[in-house]
Amino acid sequence: MMKNVFLALALLVPSLTFGAGGNVHLDKANYDLTDNASLQNGAKLFMNYCFGCHSTQYQRYNRVAEDLGIPVKLMEENLIFTGVKPGELMENAIQEDDAAKWFGAPAPDLTLVARVRGADWVYTYLRTFYVDETRPFGVNNKVFPSVGMPHVLQELQGVPNAVYETRMIDGEEQQIYVGIESDGSGEMSDDEYDHAVLDLVNFLVYSAEPIQLERKRLGYWVLGFLFIFFIISYLLKKEYWRDVH
Amino acid sequence: MKALIGWIDERIPLTKTYNKHVGQYPTPKNFNFWYIFGFIAMVVLVNQILTGIWLTMNYNPSGDGAFASIEYIMRDVEYGWLLRYMHSTGASAFFVVIYLHMYRGLIYGSYQKPRELIWLFGMLIFLVLMAEAFMGYLLPWGQMSYWGAQVIISLFGAIPVIGDDLTLWIRGDYVISGATLNRFFALHVIALPLVLVMLVFLHIVALHEVGSNNPDGIEIKENKDENGWPKDGIPFHPYFTVKDLAAIVGFLFFFCWVMFFFPDGGGYFLEKPNFEAANPLKTPDHIAPVWYFTPFYAILRAVPDKLLGVVMMGLSIAVLFVLPWLDRCKVKSIRYRSTIHKLNIAQFVICFIILGVLGVLPSTPALTLLAQITSFGYFAYFLLLWIYSKNEKTKPLPDRVTK
Amino acid sequence: MSNAPVDAGRRRFLTWTTAVVGGVGATFAAVPFISSWNPSAKAKAAGAPVEVDVSKIEPGQLLRVEWRGKPVWVVSRPQSVLDNLNTLGDKLRDPDSEEPQQPEYTVNVHRSIKPELFIGVGLCTHLGCSPTYLPGSFGEQVQGVEYGFFCPCHGSKFDMAGRVFQSVPAPLNLVVPPHHYVDETTILVGLDQGEA
Repeated sequence: MMKNVFLALALLVPSLTFGAGGNVHLDKANYDLTDNASLQNGAKLFMNYCFGCHSTQYQRYNRVAEDLGIPVKLMEENLIFTGVKPGELMENAIQEDDAAKWFGAPAPDLTLVARVRGADWVYTYLRTFYVDETRPFGVNNKVFPSVGMPHVLQELQGVPNAVYETRMIDGEEQQIYVGIESDGSGEMSDDEYDHAVLDLVNFLVYSAEPIQLERKRLGYWVLGFLFIFFIISYLLKKEYWRDVH
Repeated sequence: MKALIGWIDERIPLTKTYNKHVGQYPTPKNFNFWYIFGFIAMVVLVNQILTGIWLTMNYNPSGDGAFASIEYIMRDVEYGWLLRYMHSTGASAFFVVIYLHMYRGLIYGSYQKPRELIWLFGMLIFLVLMAEAFMGYLLPWGQMSYWGAQVIISLFGAIPVIGDDLTLWIRGDYVISGATLNRFFALHVIALPLVLVMLVFLHIVALHEVGSNNPDGIEIKENKDENGWPKDGIPFHPYFTVKDLAAIVGFLFFFCWVMFFFPDGGGYFLEKPNFEAANPLKTPDHIAPVWYFTPFYAILRAVPDKLLGVVMMGLSIAVLFVLPWLDRCKVKSIRYRSTIHKLNIAQFVICFIILGVLGVLPSTPALTLLAQITSFGYFAYFLLLWIYSKNEKTKPLPDRVTK
Repeated sequence: MSNAPVDAGRRRFLTWTTAVVGGVGATFAAVPFISSWNPSAKAKAAGAPVEVDVSKIEPGQLLRVEWRGKPVWVVSRPQSVLDNLNTLGDKLRDPDSEEPQQPEYTVNVHRSIKPELFIGVGLCTHLGCSPTYLPGSFGEQVQGVEYGFFCPCHGSKFDMAGRVFQSVPAPLNLVVPPHHYVDETTILVGLDQGEA
């Protein structure tokens, strides 16, 4: 009976959804934290396109360099734009007040964004900007409607347009959003762009919890140890309890 | 060594105390799986205290620094991430263990005469633990910390006349602020742990005075051999030290599995919005308390009146305190009690779990109705118990414990 | 209690195995607690090597820089002071720098890489006060020696290579931190040559 109760309960619990608005389906971000090339490319994209406004202020440059296998010298020359030492936190030069003036709100720190929103959300978000002349920056976003941010990756993606199809639903003609189409003016093809965004997401997932690979690696050792320890302590218990039974 | 112990024994009752509580403590030999959680709870408490002390070494209890100091612990301090996950996973594990421990007391009637005080101390521990967990959850100073605390503190505002002044006094400010954080920090790391340890001590002293209950719910003390040793008792050491050791290792296996591979507990142990620093101007889309509060939170929400909701929530915990006097049956264990009692416990457990699930979901009219039904079931348990337990049809008790 | 015979050997073996494995586990469990007391990444960043520009230093001048929260002196010694260093041998405790108070590459009379520039941690080896630089007026402390360092706390005296004089409380010469020349006029304090 208990089994059935649990089964029924398991069905009752839908997965929780967080994040701002939109019923847009989130694309799966198949990131790979063991892929250093991807992480390095993600770091490069982040520093070049995002870091102007967004910091990752809980992370240090030299930690990123070490974890991603980037020589510190190379990092200092190519990725540290604010002229600080590699041991410093990755804070950016923009003043909060300025940001609030330009964008209506200070640009949020992105160190933990992958843990707040989830990788899939970030991956989809960066790929669903579309032209919307009513917005101050001329673009809007499908998963973050009325976003107060320009499409900074436009030079890579090209000008994105939302594509709609007319479908019959319940006997009524409705415009259904089916996806984003670039006009092809960007430096990258659609595939290349998706890959670049995935690298960027990969870097942000890393950034949200730099220790996660090490955590799991250590976890296997600990579980292995406890498994052996359990067998031994269980045998000891059995041995002593022969007195009782 | 012997001489040293002799020297100490002449001054404080070391050997005597050891024998009373461990070496010669007569433990019923028919303890089953449900009897491991008390000891596990103690181990979790030790884990919380140790990792907690270590976390305070790097934590900064201020509105400006708290959130950043957590990330400092997670990134800059060697193994700080592990200490933090041990503490956060430990908090959830604590409630898992405590709920199972309480369930054990419920089914085997461990709260009944002569163990009422053990149950009362235990309930106080549960209450202090909830306060401890609630205050601890504010410390990371994330969005959920902030807004969760906002909601819970506002509950006190429901109290007539003094409500508003009371919430102001608790916060020490017009909103939750650094002042609130600092006092919660002080209570979380010093005051409540002291109370908790003291209560645990009393809980165990009370237990060892009257002796442990067992799955058969009969008193092993009533059947002693010629030396005055209960025939169904075995010394705690070595039999239960080795058994509890194996149980602890098994528990640690599951604990570490969650901690190393799912430290967020799927967003239930560490809620996602809590990775964003507290922002008094922006509420997260969906505020849910941490999972261990959700059954009581669901009762609160089920009542369409602020004051009455708070009263019912308070009552749902208060009623547990008087359980020893609500149950008027002389038979303790579920094994020898009536079918109606078994059904009553089953519906209670189901209602409790459903309430827990409802507490994390956004409320809709259908779910609110379900919450009302299950809240009714929760309280009905106690009312029904009081009614039928007076003249309950029970099975005959054995003289000696069964296998 | 049953009266089945107890296999004492097996029991002892299992008890010891459990104790040893448990002890190993406890030791590993202590690791995070112990290592969390090491300097954090923040402390390490704050204690990172410091660059000193010595292009403008004049003979006799002392520059103070902070490295890991300690004062580090960069002193430019005039030729007369350097000539004097050789003559002090019998007045010093450790004239030949035999105690490991300096990196290998500064074990010489002037205790430095370039003879004219002395780099040392400006903390007395007695109880950690910072000695006073007495250019030209050290003669009051040690006759015939015009330049030196005098610790105001307990009166320890050091020569211009940071070597301690005899019959003062300080037991050892001043510490020379690891350092190297990045180029002709830039010193990096905190790292040996070639260390990453």
